[in-house]
Amino acid sequence: MAPPASKRSGYSRRAQFSSFLSHTAGVVGVVIGLVLIVISAVNPSSFQSLRAIAADATDPAAEATAKGRSFGDNVLNSVTGFFKMGSRHAKLEKELAIAKSRLVEAEAIEAENARLKDMLKLTRTRKDVVAVATLTASTPSSTRRFATLGVGRNKGLEKGMPVRSARGLIGRVLEVGQTSARVLLITDTESLVPIRRTKDGVAGFAQGQGDGTLRVRLVNLGINPLKKGDVIVSSGAGGLYRPGTPMAVLTEILRDGAIARVISNPTDADYVLVERAWAPEAPPVEAPAEKP
Amino acid sequence: MLEGPTTRRDDGPRPKINRAPSPILAQVVPWLSVVLATIVPTWFVIASAPMFPPFGFLTFLAWRQLRPGLLPLWAGLPLGLVDDLFSGQPFGSAVLLWSLAAIAIDNLEERFPWRNFATEWLVATSLITLYILGSYLLSNLVAANAPIHVVVPQLVISIFAYPLIGRLVAALDRLRLTAVRISR
Repeated sequence: MAPPASKRSGYSRRAQFSSFLSHTAGVVGVVIGLVLIVISAVNPSSFQSLRAIAADATDPAAEATAKGRSFGDNVLNSVTGFFKMGSRHAKLEKELAIAKSRLVEAEAIEAENARLKDMLKLTRTRKDVVAVATLTASTPSSTRRFATLGVGRNKGLEKGMPVRSARGLIGRVLEVGQTSARVLLITDTESLVPIRRTKDGVAGFAQGQGDGTLRVRLVNLGINPLKKGDVIVSSGAGGLYRPGTPMAVLTEILRDGAIARVISNPTDADYVLVERAWAPEAPPVEAPAEKP
Repeated sequence: MLEGPTTRRDDGPRPKINRAPSPILAQVVPWLSVVLATIVPTWFVIASAPMFPPFGFLTFLAWRQLRPGLLPLWAGLPLGLVDDLFSGQPFGSAVLLWSLAAIAIDNLEERFPWRNFATEWLVATSLITLYILGSYLLSNLVAANAPIHVVVPQLVISIFAYPLIGRLVAALDRLRLTAVRISR
């Protein structure tokens, strides 16, 4: 479509002025954008109150959608299951071939599951869970990995509390609003979690890569002892994340570390647990300090 | 659409008695559609990778291409602010990039007043590519570096999603100018 004729302002002073004003406003937008970028680059937590207000305002609708999301998943699965009856046979044969490699993975997950059950029992008796909530929204079109929780200060959430699902670590609370909170997922590039291997406690760090995988780096340099399929858990070093929370399975070994796939996909988690931040001063695991 | 002679049949629907486009609807629909396209997709999935196209930006782009001048040149400022509140990008990134995109489209329109499908497509595709790369660089500026291959799927999906968004915006444009009952 051709631009409207009013764009060529001609001799009309008024038209010239309004055209000039609109162009100036466009440039002002660029300048304001630049200023905001610089402010948030210097201090990333600025504007967090604005974001919290916005998240609080949209929370009811987001929460309704989150309920619909899991329901929709189930319905979709049943419907596609019905239509895929015919092709299922061929698919099963293919899956049989994959199953062998999966079996190895399953063994690791089985061992981890047993751990997990013990842990869940522990957390229940220790009353470390601050809140049980749903993840209501996320940032699906950014390279940053944030999610929004459906609870906030009203349920006693505080900055820094680790968030986990029944299967493993998801992230930590970054910004808290009245009825919602922003979670930094462990797959975000800013998330750095101290980890250890389940088998022997080889220590390292796991940093998110923004694409659902983690980059594992070891503390000790030298021969890389990691193997494909190893399970890593949080080590609790430095506090914050409770030691022994399952995190990821190694999928690719690199020269100085590995790439790992996160065990607990936040999309599949219907409910997540918000825990009290773990304090490193506590000597035994049985009696952690209740200080957040 | 509603102006011009109505003597011939093929000039579109005949205006009905007591029906006229609502000025409120005509003004609100573009703004509201961009805001909704920004906010609503964030509710549907807890993504562990950038998998959705930037729907807000695509809708903004489609409105600017379909109806130049309908959204003013400064529309990137308020709409970008809303996007920044929800997108997870460093605050100000959308304000900057949307304003730049609006100015770029404006200049291109002046240079090539009569465009065809190929030009429109080329302009939109290059702007989407620049936008996604710009967002990637700006978020790397604030946070630790994410590998570049992370945004490749999103880029491909966005380029293919744009024509669909364009159709959707065209449908919204028809809705915008629907004749509604005049209450007196």
